[in-house]
Amino acid sequence: MSAPDSPLFLFARHMGDNGLILGHRLSEWCGHGPVLEQDITMTNIALDLIGQARLYYQLAAEMHPSDLTEDDIAYLRPERAYSNVLLVEQPNGDFAHTVLRQFLFDAWHLPFLHRLCDSPESGLGEIAAKAVKEVSYHYRWSREWVIRLGDGTEESHRRMTQALDDLWIYREELLLPSDWEQTLIRSEIIPDPDVLRPEWQHAIHATLSEAGLPIPQTPVIQQGGKNGIHTEHLGHLLAELQYMQRAYPGQVW
Amino acid sequence: MTATRSRDEILQILSRVCDPEIPVLTVLDLGIIRDVSVENDSSVIVTITPTYSGCPAMRLIETEIRAVLVEAGIPDPVIRTILHPAWTTDWMTPAGREKLERFGIAPPQPRDQHPPCPRCHSRNTRELSAFGSTACKALWQCQDCKEPFDYFKCH
Repeated sequence: MSAPDSPLFLFARHMGDNGLILGHRLSEWCGHGPVLEQDITMTNIALDLIGQARLYYQLAAEMHPSDLTEDDIAYLRPERAYSNVLLVEQPNGDFAHTVLRQFLFDAWHLPFLHRLCDSPESGLGEIAAKAVKEVSYHYRWSREWVIRLGDGTEESHRRMTQALDDLWIYREELLLPSDWEQTLIRSEIIPDPDVLRPEWQHAIHATLSEAGLPIPQTPVIQQGGKNGIHTEHLGHLLAELQYMQRAYPGQVW
Repeated sequence: MTATRSRDEILQILSRVCDPEIPVLTVLDLGIIRDVSVENDSSVIVTITPTYSGCPAMRLIETEIRAVLVEAGIPDPVIRTILHPAWTTDWMTPAGREKLERFGIAPPQPRDQHPPCPRCHSRNTRELSAFGSTACKALWQCQDCKEPFDYFKCH
């Protein structure tokens, strides 16, 4: 029986999972974007997020007592061992759903990374300082599109409202710490979500209001991803993401 | 027995390695070579930093650095990658900026300044997309000569 994984390992892997899964989703748009510039944007953001995921996985692999590699972490785990939030695994849907999913994620990701830069755990702080520059572009893009579509045509407004109804229940999970996050928050290694919350809430409300979109009133919160309890969509995504390594174990470029 | 190379000689050798996506720029122009050291036993350590986390050229750049050093008679160079401090376009050399512009890519500008059109030099330009053909570029258009152009984003 091996020792349980450390909170720091679990957190680094979780951050990597968020990036890998959202990056994979965005990469599904490659060649299908509504216009060329947006196709390129979504694949660029995918590349940033997958690059960041690699850094987190490398950090996790380094601190693991076994000879685990970043590829083992990315490709050889079953669904229940992924700890990404449910939001990022939701299907692309239409462009409105993709834009809103990105916005809800970025509105948390950006202020979170700003604070993570100061983590006394230098490995995390260095990745955050690198990622925060990239994510500020992501946030600028997703925020602009939420406003443009919400305040656009009747159809774009209707589609954004639908996306809000579908995805709103997943936003809160980003600020609900798991057990391992609690430990890291207590030792001030990662930011406290209670400190983050006002800024996050303000960013979301201000953007929705500028977009002329109603703030959903549902009290429902869907969570579980951090503990490996996923929606049905993750399994299908992993079937594609892991296919090569499952079909041809150990294959390299 | 290999002769010990000076740091300057190593830098000279490294100036042959170009960015595979923007081949007019060398790794030195880009500012991604953070350190070069020659140890007492003549071994060479080159420290590099990625431009963007997901830059797909990094692995290739590392391979090419190794190749030119080995070719120059340095048997087993060590190439280290660091993340901190995070790369910034401030590290791009003036020579690099000039080469970019001649190549048709507007070099990074101070924040909130419109890049000048690399063809007609007009500042009357607009952003088409904050994301372009590679992670480090955005797509802009000149409103005077109407040409679209790549802009190397300030980072």
